[in-house]
Amino acid sequence: MNDMTRTGLETETATAKISARGVQVHYGQNHALKNVSVEILDRAVTAFIGPSGCGKSTFLRCLNRMNDTVASARVSGQILLEGEDIYDPRVDPVQLRARVGMVFQKPNPFPKSIYDNVAYGPKIHGLTRNKAELDAIVEASLRKAALWGEVKDRLDAPGTGLSGGQQQRLCIARAIATGPEVLLMDEPCSALDPIATAQVEELIDELRASFSVVIVTHSMQQAARVSQKTAFFHLGHLVEYGDTGDIFTNPKDPRTEAYITGRIG
Amino acid sequence: MSVLMILAAIAVLAIAAYFLARQRALASTNGNPRLLHSLPLYYGWYGTIAVLLPSLAALALWLIVQPMVIEARISQNLPASLIADASKRELTMADVRRVAGGLDTAVAMGTMSEDEARQVRTESTNVRDKLAAVGVALGSEVSKEVLSAAQDYRELASWGAAGRTALVIVLAVLGLFWGVTRAKADFRARNRVEQVVLGLLIAASSIAILTTVGILWSMISETFDFFSKYPIQDFFFSLTWSPNFRGGSDLGILPLIWGTLYITVVSMLVSVPIGLFAAIYLAEYASKPVRAWVKPLIEVIAGIPTVVFGIFALVTVGPALRDWFAAPLGLGDSGSSVMTAGIVIGILNIPFISSLSDDIINAVPQSLRDGSLGLGATRSETVKQVILPAALPGIVGAILMAASRAIGETMIVVMGAGAAAKLSLNPFEAMTTMTVKIVGQLTGDTDFAAPETLVAFALGMTLFVITLGLNIFALWIVRKYREQYE
Repeated sequence: MNDMTRTGLETETATAKISARGVQVHYGQNHALKNVSVEILDRAVTAFIGPSGCGKSTFLRCLNRMNDTVASARVSGQILLEGEDIYDPRVDPVQLRARVGMVFQKPNPFPKSIYDNVAYGPKIHGLTRNKAELDAIVEASLRKAALWGEVKDRLDAPGTGLSGGQQQRLCIARAIATGPEVLLMDEPCSALDPIATAQVEELIDELRASFSVVIVTHSMQQAARVSQKTAFFHLGHLVEYGDTGDIFTNPKDPRTEAYITGRIG
Repeated sequence: MSVLMILAAIAVLAIAAYFLARQRALASTNGNPRLLHSLPLYYGWYGTIAVLLPSLAALALWLIVQPMVIEARISQNLPASLIADASKRELTMADVRRVAGGLDTAVAMGTMSEDEARQVRTESTNVRDKLAAVGVALGSEVSKEVLSAAQDYRELASWGAAGRTALVIVLAVLGLFWGVTRAKADFRARNRVEQVVLGLLIAASSIAILTTVGILWSMISETFDFFSKYPIQDFFFSLTWSPNFRGGSDLGILPLIWGTLYITVVSMLVSVPIGLFAAIYLAEYASKPVRAWVKPLIEVIAGIPTVVFGIFALVTVGPALRDWFAAPLGLGDSGSSVMTAGIVIGILNIPFISSLSDDIINAVPQSLRDGSLGLGATRSETVKQVILPAALPGIVGAILMAASRAIGETMIVVMGAGAAAKLSLNPFEAMTTMTVKIVGQLTGDTDFAAPETLVAFALGMTLFVITLGLNIFALWIVRKYREQYE
C-alpha cells in the first residue's frame, strides 16, 4: 500500500469505485485541471487537499458531472464509475447524480419541511411505493446523519430553521436518502463551528461503512482525521496520492511537504 | 419687483454667499484647508443654504397667504347680495380678479394712466369697452361695486408685492451675513449641510405620502356629498346602472364591479401563465445571449401606450373573436366584449409579470439549484419543486400588482369592451368597468351638485379601496414568506 502512487494503479483496481484517467478541465481559456488520474476506493474516505484554486473542487464536480451546469466548462479524459464511462453519451447525468450524491460547502436546505427535504430524492426517483416506506427511508437517513434524535419531534418544521451544523447534517441525510454509491463532499465543514464540525466528521467516519466518500477540505487536520486516502492538488496538477498516513508523515514530493508544513498554500 | 426678479436677486446673493463663505473660511486658517473642520466647499454650500432656505420659504408662504388675505379683505367690502353663498362669492371674486387684471393690462399698454386706473368710475366711463380695447373681454357690464373692489384689489396687491420683495430680500441678505460670519475654521459646516440634505430627502419621501393623503381627501368629501344625495344601500346593492342627468337614475355599482372583476380575471388567465412561463424560460433555461435579447424585447410591450393596445383590441382582437368564436358558438355578435378587453390587458401585463418574476427567480440562491441537481433532479423538477416554492411569495406579489393594474385599466376597456354596464355571464358580451364609468360621468358638461356626477367619486373611492386592499395583501404575502431562504 505504501507504493500506491507508483504501483497501486494496477493492484487496487479490484476495489476501485471510481477511476479517473487523464482528466482535463478547461473553463473557457483557463486550464483548470491538468491530466489527473486517480483511483477512488470503495468504502473508504478519500480527501482532496490543496491551496485555493488548485482544482480539487473542479475535479470533485467532474465526478458527478455537476460541471455540466457550467456553460463554459469542458471536460476531457475518462472517468469510470464501476468500469462504466460516466461521460459516455448514453449516460444520463441526472441518473448519474442519483448514484453519486453531493453535499455542498454551504448548507443548502430547501425551503421545505425537514421531512420533505429528506424525502425529496426518494420522491423524485420513485424509490418508494407508499408513505410507510418513505417514512422508513426518511427515518433511516436522518438516523445515519445523526440528526434523528434532534428533529424527530418536528419533522414538519422548516429545514431552514435549523442551526448551521444541523442544516449540514440535514443535507447529508438528504443525499443519503437517494441511496447513492458515492458521496461527494465539497468542504462540508467550512461554514460550521468546531462542535458542529466534530459531529459532521464523526458522521463521515460512520458513512465509510456504507459508501465511498470523497471530501474536499482546506483543513489538513481534517483530512488527517477522517480520511484513509489523500490526494494533494496544486495548480491543477495531482501532485501526490496515497495513504493519508504516508502523505502526512512521509510525503514524496517536495511540494506536498511544503504544503503540509505550511510553507506554501 | 416681480417674482422672477426676486428669484434672480436671491440666486445672485446665493452665489455670492458661496464664494464669500468659502473665502472667509479659508482666510480664517490663512489659506490652509487642512486646518478647516470641513472641506472649503461645505462652507460655501452652508452660505448658499443660509441665503436660500429662509428667503424661499418666506416667498412661498407669502405667495400662498397673500391672495387669501386680500380676498378676505375685499369680500368684506362687497355688498351681501353679491356674496350670498359660496358659489356666488366665487363668481364675484372671479369678476373682481378679471377686472383688476384688465386694469393692469390697460396700464401696461398705456391706454390708461396709473391714476386713471385708480380713479376711473362706472358713472363716467364704460369700463367694459375700455378693457375690450386692450383685449380683455368681460362677460357683462362692470358694476360699481365690482370696479371699486377691483381697484381695492390692485391697491392691496401692489402693497403686497412691495412687502414681499422687501421681506424676501432682507431675509436673503441676513442669511448671507449669517452664513458668511459663521464660516470659521472650527464651524462644522459639513454636518450642517448634511442635515439640510437629510431634510430634503425626508421632504421628498413625505411628498409621495402626502399625495396619497391628498387624493383620498379630494375624494372623501365628495363621496360623502354623494351619499347624502343618493342612498348608500342602493349604490352598493342595486343591480342596475343607468345614470340619467334629468334625475331618477339607478346608480348601482354591482354591474360595474362585476365587469371589472370579469375583465380582470380574464386578463390574469392570459398574463399569469404566459408571463410566468416566459420568466421561467428566461431565468432557468435561456442562455446568456438569448436572455440578453429576449428580455428587452418582451419589455418593449410595456412601453407601448395603452391607447395603442386599445386600437389593437378594437380593430384586430375584437372582430377576430367575434368572427371565430362568438358568432360560430352563438354567443353574440359584439366585437366589444369582456374577452377582447381581458385578452389585450393580459398581453399588456405579460412583461410586467415576466420581468418581475424573472428577477425574483434569479434571486433564488444558486446553492438551492445545485443542491437539487446534485440529488439527481432534472432542471424541470428543480424548477417545480425548489425554485418556484422558494420564489412564490415574490411571484404572488408580482401577480397581485399586475391585478391592480388590470383593475385600473381604462383605455383598453373603452375600446375593447365598450361602455355598456351589464350583469352577464357571457364573456363575449360588451361590459364595462368602474374606471370607464368614472371617466364617463366626469366628461362633458358636468354639474357637481348632481349625484350622477358625484357618483364618480364614490366609484373612485371604491376602486381605491379595492386596489389598496390588493396591494396590502401582496405586501403581507411577501413579508410573511420572505424569510424562507437567505
